[in-house]
Amino acid sequence: MDYAHSDTAVRRPAGGPPIAAKILVAGGFGVGKTTMVGAISEIRPLRTEELLSERGTGVDDTTGVAGKTSTTVAMDFGRITMGDGLVLYLFGTPGQQRFWFMWDELAVGAVGAVVLADVRRLADCFAAVDYFEDRGTPFLVAVNCFDGAERKDPADVRIALDLDPDVPLVMCDVRSRESAKQVLIGMVEHVLARTTAAAAGG
Amino acid sequence: MSNDRWLDEDAGPIFRPYTVTRGRTRPRDDTLDLISLLEATGLPVPRRTRLDPEHRRVLAVCARPVTFADLSSEIDLPVGVVRVLVDDLRDENLLRVLRPTPTGDVPDELVLRKLLHGLRAL
Repeated sequence: MDYAHSDTAVRRPAGGPPIAAKILVAGGFGVGKTTMVGAISEIRPLRTEELLSERGTGVDDTTGVAGKTSTTVAMDFGRITMGDGLVLYLFGTPGQQRFWFMWDELAVGAVGAVVLADVRRLADCFAAVDYFEDRGTPFLVAVNCFDGAERKDPADVRIALDLDPDVPLVMCDVRSRESAKQVLIGMVEHVLARTTAAAAGG
Repeated sequence: MSNDRWLDEDAGPIFRPYTVTRGRTRPRDDTLDLISLLEATGLPVPRRTRLDPEHRRVLAVCARPVTFADLSSEIDLPVGVVRVLVDDLRDENLLRVLRPTPTGDVPDELVLRKLLHGLRAL
């Protein structure tokens, strides 16, 4: 077979099909989702055109645009090609509740999620925390420490978000590749711990 | 060139995405995930089948295994449109879907360990 290198081809590891995994990066508008994905991976554009969902119509003011049944959502995704045919995809999920129909699709089969939080606007990530809790998707909360942003005690953030004790909370700077990498490592470690605990328990 | 008063060149070409799919907006099934791997089967195009240029572009990109997300990005059409094109090609056995991970959709412990190892090595 032809294994010529290309931008998009996923290399097939010896003895098996290629493996693709995805992690979601969620959080409020402007919290740094795209910045984080860009800091650690090669960003690619994606065009989505989706029907407005029931949930969306409650939020979108469609008065005066009768007959408008679809909306275009541009989103980016990041790709990290690792050895052995393993490719990790990072999807930044639009924060607004009207995009929840996209979350449903993205969350299926995901390794887990990173919920980015900004201490100045903690409420912006409530929706994401609720969503992943309800869905049972493992997640980690990463508090993005902007320059000059007020430093908060992680324990206070945990209380403010009403996080379960087993949900990891880390501080990060999404502009830093190393910091973004540590966030992802923390997230996968969390999922792995849950997986092995579940295996031991049942 | 054109006397169209409504749009100038800055507006770009007028293009209705779902004309590519002959008006179909519903995919065959909902199992196609953004990280599902697609690969051309390499089978000959059935004589009765007429492929559009967009179908051929999809097949060309899928000559090697490629995820649905990468394919959509490469083709630069909305995901919903590419989904319909992919379903057309699957109907003709010209394209097949591979599982994203060896065991199904949710990564197993081995994949998680590989992922962790890969991230640490970045």
